[in-house]
Amino acid sequence: MIPLSHYLVLGAVLFAISVVGIFLNRKNVVILLMSIELLLLAVNLNFVAFSHFLQDISGQIFVFFILTVAAAEAAIGLAILIVLFRSRRTINVDDLDSLKG
Amino acid sequence: MNLHTLQTALAIPDLFLAAMASVILVLGLFADEKKRDLLCYWLSVATLVSTAFLVIADFSTESAVAFNGLFVDDPMADLCKVAICLLSAVVFIYGRDYNRQRGLFKNEYYVLGLFAVCGMMVMSSANHLLTLYLGLELMSLCLYAMIAFYRDDQLAVESAMKYFVLGALASSILLYGMSLLYGMTGSLALPAIATQLAGVEPGDLSLALAVVLVVVALAFKLGAVPFHMWVPDVYHGSPTSTTAFISAAPKIAAFAIVLRLLIGGLGDQHGLWQEMLVILALLSVAAGNIIAIAQKNLKRLLAYSAISHMGFFLFGILSGTAAGYSASLFYVLVYATMSGAAFGLILYLSGKDFESDRLSDLRGLGRRSPGIALMVLILMFSMAGVPPTAGFFAKLSVIQALVDANLAWVAVTAVILAVIGAYYYLRIIKLVYFDPPEIERPLNSPADHQYTLALNVFLIVAILPWIGKLISLCNQAIARFVY
Repeated sequence: MIPLSHYLVLGAVLFAISVVGIFLNRKNVVILLMSIELLLLAVNLNFVAFSHFLQDISGQIFVFFILTVAAAEAAIGLAILIVLFRSRRTINVDDLDSLKG
Repeated sequence: MNLHTLQTALAIPDLFLAAMASVILVLGLFADEKKRDLLCYWLSVATLVSTAFLVIADFSTESAVAFNGLFVDDPMADLCKVAICLLSAVVFIYGRDYNRQRGLFKNEYYVLGLFAVCGMMVMSSANHLLTLYLGLELMSLCLYAMIAFYRDDQLAVESAMKYFVLGALASSILLYGMSLLYGMTGSLALPAIATQLAGVEPGDLSLALAVVLVVVALAFKLGAVPFHMWVPDVYHGSPTSTTAFISAAPKIAAFAIVLRLLIGGLGDQHGLWQEMLVILALLSVAAGNIIAIAQKNLKRLLAYSAISHMGFFLFGILSGTAAGYSASLFYVLVYATMSGAAFGLILYLSGKDFESDRLSDLRGLGRRSPGIALMVLILMFSMAGVPPTAGFFAKLSVIQALVDANLAWVAVTAVILAVIGAYYYLRIIKLVYFDPPEIERPLNSPADHQYTLALNVFLIVAILPWIGKLISLCNQAIARFVY
């Protein structure tokens, strides 16, 4: 039996990797979207692990909702990305700098 | 289980709004192409106003839960809902001509707006982490799309992308905090979380981590320094009609989730989050007011002003007393009204191919249109907190709450920073009244925009005889806010 702490550490590591992915990535907006997905999956792992160890089903139901929202979020993110590429001809994060001050 | 045990009746305004949004969406498919957008626009405004009346008609005096504890209907939620619906309707009216001139006058735009309002109403009534999260996401996703709707504009699309990435990051941080709370308490319902956490000792590390994550996420959503970097970009880049929408009602919804989560769920951990909020609030007021001085763009200036106002709003929350929460509620209601009016003014001055968003565009407005100039004067005085405007009473009650909570040093710092902030508000008045006009464009906006704007601005002063009543309404809303 794998203890709860292992799951929590894995969740925390995944979460940290994706936060770092958002802040260090200076190249591609698609990688940002992937990091956001990973963030939500890390949280899902936490919820499922807690739900299993607490013998409580509501955590898993929350995960279903998060997955659904994540799908909607990805759809909107990709739509904005397409509009962005159409107007800029680039999806380089460094080029998104016309708003400053 | 049947519909009766779900207590669906408590959520009638929310359900009505969601149903009408869907109806308008479908109507957009079948209605005659020429009249479609105008029809959907008027239907949206009518829906928002009638939702507000539905809430008023059934204004609750007690708190009652529905949907098996997912949803709560209490005076605080009702007050927030009325303000959210009315402000959104007013902002729709302000944005009509602006949208029409830029090809944004589409039924989808207004459907997105209605769904965003629906999300805000769900947030106001959230009694469970799931409802809170879903309401927040429903609002945020609609807002991202409303910004990106102006797809020919490079700035709008860029700001939509920035808002999207940072908003999604904030939501994930909030979810991570929620997952830890769930792990500690074994429940997702806010009242159950509060009772479970009452037994946890204050030094508990995982509880501290959960509280930090929740506070950081809320600070992101509110735009408090140091999590404010998206606010100026989003305010500046978005089409002004959308900026007006974002700057008004969502602030009230943000107040509602701060209250539900921090005070409803984590109220016993007050000692843990108070210090964090002190730092966030002071930094926000300082950075907001000082950086705003350097701005040349009016929308960016108002964004920094929003950051400093959010700091003031946090002062009431961190005082940890019922009077403080009530002061915060009052503050956020007044601020949202002022902010909607300020962007309404920018929309009024804008025209086809002309964004009136530079400070220099305001030069000599006093000579071009004395009426509009008077509105700018009242609005800026109210934002700076000069008596006898509603903005003054809002600041006063927040500072009063700080002093009563033995945080006099915070109150003194806040007042000093507010005086620094008065500089850039007064500079706008100087530009309006004492500088020669740069542009001679005639001002012509539709009559309903004019009258709504005048009503909105004069309400800030004309409310004074009834201000005690409004404050006691806020007090009642908070007093009955019990779990």
